[in-house]
Amino acid sequence: MNEFIRGIKRGFPICLGYIPVSFTFGLIAVKMGFTPAQATLISLTNMASAGQFAGIRIIEGGAPYIELVITTFVINLRYFLMSLSLSQKVDPEMPFYKRAIMAYCITDEVFALASMEPDDVSFPFFGGLMLTPILGWTSGTLLGAIASNLLSPMLQGCMGIALYCMFIAIIIPPARKSRKVALAVVVAAALSCIFKYVPGINMLSKVGGGGWAIITAAILGAAICASIKEVKRRRKAALAAERSAQ
Amino acid sequence: MNYLYICMFLMFLTTYLIRVIPIGFVRKKMENLWIQDFIYYIPFCVLSAMTFPDVFYSTTATGVEPHISVSAVVATAVALLMAWKNQGLVRVALVAVLVAIAVELVMPMLF
Repeated sequence: MNEFIRGIKRGFPICLGYIPVSFTFGLIAVKMGFTPAQATLISLTNMASAGQFAGIRIIEGGAPYIELVITTFVINLRYFLMSLSLSQKVDPEMPFYKRAIMAYCITDEVFALASMEPDDVSFPFFGGLMLTPILGWTSGTLLGAIASNLLSPMLQGCMGIALYCMFIAIIIPPARKSRKVALAVVVAAALSCIFKYVPGINMLSKVGGGGWAIITAAILGAAICASIKEVKRRRKAALAAERSAQ
Repeated sequence: MNYLYICMFLMFLTTYLIRVIPIGFVRKKMENLWIQDFIYYIPFCVLSAMTFPDVFYSTTATGVEPHISVSAVVATAVALLMAWKNQGLVRVALVAVLVAIAVELVMPMLF
């Protein structure tokens, strides 16, 4: 029970941060012709920011199902990596149904906070962690959908930055503490910029709503950092072997 | 009408399967040190790649083709500084939105 409460406390800031973002989603969805109930249902069943924004754009265009599935798949593929990472942070004995419940709310922010936990993540903790963000995400959508005619386009636009600044607030403090993390952040950001701006390579950011570019930048960035560490580890081991031989 | 609900179901199904397959079926702790490091770096890399450079385009009014805007750049700089000073998620996000609004309001007066 204590773990559950601790999860709720950790998750609450995410809930607050989700409100402006889901509010924006609600606004846009209604503008595109969805009803507030439909917009809220999409938020409740997806819990995915970028994927939802891209999804409603595609549905509005009346595209074929396969296009919707492929775009959703590519934009949300990063959750596969996060889920894989979380699989290493839960008790190997945890039953499938608990894993299936946790999987529903592997969002960028919930995952980020769970992965910053020093120890394994328990089911009650994760349950508490996901509870208020789900409420914030769905109720924010509903509010935005209802209030869609009250806000100026400028205000709507400015709210779009909230999501990214949450990411910044999640990654910068650990990067300040650890040089390895700082390197990972810089390498991934640089790769992501290369995929967007370098002619030829920038094809990657033009398909699948930018999803491929993000996945590729993240996988390459993590692989580079892990390899640098591997080289250092081997060098250290070689040095230690040399010393013990003398 | 049916098209819409089939689409909504497909979005849900695709998103959920992506999330449930790894955590639902990978039960072994990975032994390989390289893979452990790789998985350790993944969250930082994903979030960083998602944020940059897209954050600089993020204050464009909805329905307008995204472009780099002064308000986004200024608000990002403020957010980075606040995050460096270990400020919490909500405070950083909220101040960044307010800064972006302030810049959007002041800019037309200057030029």
